[in-house]
Amino acid sequence: MTGPRTARLLFAVGAGGIGLVFVLAVLRLPGFGQPHHPYGARAVAAAVAQHTANAVGSVTFDQRGFDTMGEEFILFAAALAALLLLRQLRSEEEAAGQRHDYGPEDVFAGVRLMGFVMLPVTLLVGGYVVVHGAISPGGGFQGGVVLATGLHLAYLAGDFRTLERLRPLPVLDVTEAMGAATYTIVGFAALASGAGFLANVLPHGRLTDLMSSGTVPLLNVAVGAEVGSAVVLILAKFLEQALTKDRRAEA
Amino acid sequence: MHGAIVDVLLGGLLVLTAATATAVVLTRNAGRQAIVLSAYGLLLGLLMVALQAPDVALAQLTVGAAVVPLLVVLAISRCDREVVRRRRRRRRPREEQR
Repeated sequence: MTGPRTARLLFAVGAGGIGLVFVLAVLRLPGFGQPHHPYGARAVAAAVAQHTANAVGSVTFDQRGFDTMGEEFILFAAALAALLLLRQLRSEEEAAGQRHDYGPEDVFAGVRLMGFVMLPVTLLVGGYVVVHGAISPGGGFQGGVVLATGLHLAYLAGDFRTLERLRPLPVLDVTEAMGAATYTIVGFAALASGAGFLANVLPHGRLTDLMSSGTVPLLNVAVGAEVGSAVVLILAKFLEQALTKDRRAEA
Repeated sequence: MHGAIVDVLLGGLLVLTAATATAVVLTRNAGRQAIVLSAYGLLLGLLMVALQAPDVALAQLTVGAAVVPLLVVLAISRCDREVVRRRRRRRRPREEQR
């Protein structure tokens, strides 16, 4: 075991080293707002070559699609861990004779109205952002989170039952896994066709067309399904924990 | 003229973002801190829009300004109730002794 003095010494060496390298790196950075972008110029050229109008989408899902697969599985693992940990706690509490409280039923009429007006609008925007990932800013991750948070406007409007009906959790369990699996399958399909893993083998279409840039829209939809479901599932478990009331505490 | 507007916009947003970030650290009440964190997430997202990075701005706005503060608020409300319950449990045996 290391003592507090050794730990502090180790920290000082590590922090000093990182600080030194960081300062050296910042001193050599290109100036802010200058017109010369060595990385950007190459990435944009590669994106246009693959007929992907959203250069960021091309970088994430085509040029470094393998990285994104890792990121996707990080979220998948995090959601799985949250579900496992909180599920156990729930069964323990229910065994202890507790009931569920369905949240603030009496919210302001204005908040209620705004919640229900914005709910379909937000879902539409979320779906749009997922589908248009190859041609406009956003994509599977951003759209997925918009879809997931949009659903919770129902809870904000005070209607927990509508939220529960809007998000059948067993279905989302499956969609999450399907999204993660689809991404991997697209990667292996490219490998099977003779190209590299996750290589963009589909026809690239015409630049700025909805169905352009080959595998990018497909991967965006897969990530959208995975991310949207994962965020809803995590929030569902947290909501369940926060809304479960303790009968003994009330008595 | 155009350059001056961009400088003022970026400078203002940078200062505001740094100030809100400091406010998050200085807010000691966890519940209030979640709300300040949401305001910080919103400002950071606006800064990213100003820096012409709409892709990350969208991710920042949804995750930083909405999902993370919501998770924090839900976790706090759960913990607060746990604290109240434990306090009551501790009080009961003492009352029985009298």
